[in-house]
Amino acid sequence: MSSQPRASGYFRTSYGEDLALVGTRLRRVSLALFIATLILFPFIASPFQLDLASQVFLACVGALSLMLLTGYAGQISLGHAGLLAAGAFTVGILFREANAPFWITLPAAALVGALLGVIFGLPSLRLRGLYLAVSTLALHFVVIYLGGEYEARRGFSTGIVIDPPRLGKLFISDGRAWYFILLAAAAATLLICLNLLRSRTGRAWRAIRAHETVAEALGIGIAGYKLLAFVISSAITAVAGALFAYYRGFVSVEAFSLFLAIQYLAMVIVGGMGSLLGALLGAAFVTLFPYVIESALLALPGAQSYASLLFAVNYSAFGLVMILFLVLEPLGLVGIWHRIQSYFQLWPFKHRPAAGGRR
Amino acid sequence: MQLIVNITVLAAIYALLACGYVLIYRVSRVMNMAHGELAMLGAYLLYTTASLFVGHPIVAIAMAVVLSLTVGVLVYVVLMRRMTGEMVLAAILTTIAIGVLIRGFVVLIWSGAQQHPLQTLNFSNPSIALVGGARISTCAALLVLMTVVVYGALFAFLRFGSWGIRMRAAGQSPLLAAQRGINLNAIYALAWGLSTLTGSIAGMLIALDSGLDQTMVVIGLKAFAPALVGGLDSLVGALVGSLIVAGAEVLAIHYIDPLLSDVVPFLVLLAMLIVRPWGLFGTREELDRV
Repeated sequence: MSSQPRASGYFRTSYGEDLALVGTRLRRVSLALFIATLILFPFIASPFQLDLASQVFLACVGALSLMLLTGYAGQISLGHAGLLAAGAFTVGILFREANAPFWITLPAAALVGALLGVIFGLPSLRLRGLYLAVSTLALHFVVIYLGGEYEARRGFSTGIVIDPPRLGKLFISDGRAWYFILLAAAAATLLICLNLLRSRTGRAWRAIRAHETVAEALGIGIAGYKLLAFVISSAITAVAGALFAYYRGFVSVEAFSLFLAIQYLAMVIVGGMGSLLGALLGAAFVTLFPYVIESALLALPGAQSYASLLFAVNYSAFGLVMILFLVLEPLGLVGIWHRIQSYFQLWPFKHRPAAGGRR
Repeated sequence: MQLIVNITVLAAIYALLACGYVLIYRVSRVMNMAHGELAMLGAYLLYTTASLFVGHPIVAIAMAVVLSLTVGVLVYVVLMRRMTGEMVLAAILTTIAIGVLIRGFVVLIWSGAQQHPLQTLNFSNPSIALVGGARISTCAALLVLMTVVVYGALFAFLRFGSWGIRMRAAGQSPLLAAQRGINLNAIYALAWGLSTLTGSIAGMLIALDSGLDQTMVVIGLKAFAPALVGGLDSLVGALVGSLIVAGAEVLAIHYIDPLLSDVVPFLVLLAMLIVRPWGLFGTREELDRV
């Protein structure tokens, strides 16, 4: 994962070790501990904490897929809220019109996402940077319009209600069950991303992000890989949207405003561009942020008088945090994490030895 | 006939907002996603000055105009100056974040309820009958007139004013412009100030005509379509683009479906991006990577 040489030297002796996801014993142990904590968490947490954790996992899925597209392949998308909406509406429409079970709606959502991914991705073959951002923004509005039109035409003007998914005779509506489902979804997404990124595809994406012309000269099919990035990212995002629809039990276009797309971009930025760990940290940060603000605000004296302003305070605080990260810490939370790491690795010294000084 | 009037008014709104996008893009190659929010802020500033200086509408309007110019310059000096040379994505995201921040602050300070600066200023807004039985409200007529004035002033400024010429030079080649002793920071600050000023004028007039609330942000975002259709670095393009987009939107609302109003500008924009991404009058250029 990290290509910077460790302070203690570089001890890998085979390609197998280089490719391994969890390299050292310390990493294996800490990963096992982390997983154990995650599995034990729902048995000690309150329902509210459980809901928060589930939301974080859901956000992780979306943030990872956006990180794949923006952080690695270097294609801006302002339309991810539209893709989430597409997934959620696929579930809503299939459920309402055909009463389809979840093992049909979820793949269908992925398929719709992939198709939309091609549409979202096609402009990227001609456009770059700002223009691509605008075209995905435009597509966001088109998708939202179609969703709203469906709601209006079929008389679900307040939104579509969806029953919880059914497994045999069992309805999945328990918070704990959802926690594990969403945890599994986030873990699966993380594994997919990890494996994609250490394969030919991931390397091609990074090359495209670094320099398109050079990547093409290296023999990478730019068009194909760009479209692939859009398709994979959109399919995962649409599945996240579908899970969101089931989790909430309710679909409405109001939930998929442009602000949602901004929030997902903020996850990528706050977490740190070009890092999967960053996507996870960013997702947790952005999801939990409003709740932290809320509890901080309510802890202040005279809380009742602010209660009505909560939404606005959240909004401005969110904008402020985004600006602070963009201006002061462009590397995001991951950047801070790496700095802390190297502080302890290098202690009592302050700076890394000059590059190439020791191998 | 009424349709033509509607198209003209909407085109004027778009044109007045779009020239802000064009000004900033032309000199600094940044797309300002907070333009709608800045326009809204300008309108709220007018509302505040109007309630501070009751009985002196001229003073109130002048104050609001000066304040909005200051806001634009401040946005550049405090924030956007740091983003020069960063990735396109970072600059766009900063403007988005500024927009989110402004929206939050507006609700905090002025509450989310709809305001009517027209009544605060003690103006009335009678509708005027035009030839062919069409009607136009006074404020809307003022809006069209203001668009003509603003565009005339901008053209004159960019063509003959020494600062305008410097601005064009900075847009063409920042490096060479800086070599010739042009203060790039001042130019960029001026562009942000002017852009916010024109946007705020649009915001104020829309607020006078139809009340003031958060929906103005959407109008600001929609106005990006005409700017791009005409070509992001061309003022003439912004005018033509506004006419095209406003025409398409009004006709779609009238003949097809009122719900389409929020999508049509973006559909036109998508069509333009597919056919001719640099717009009708824009210069073709190599675009940055993320």
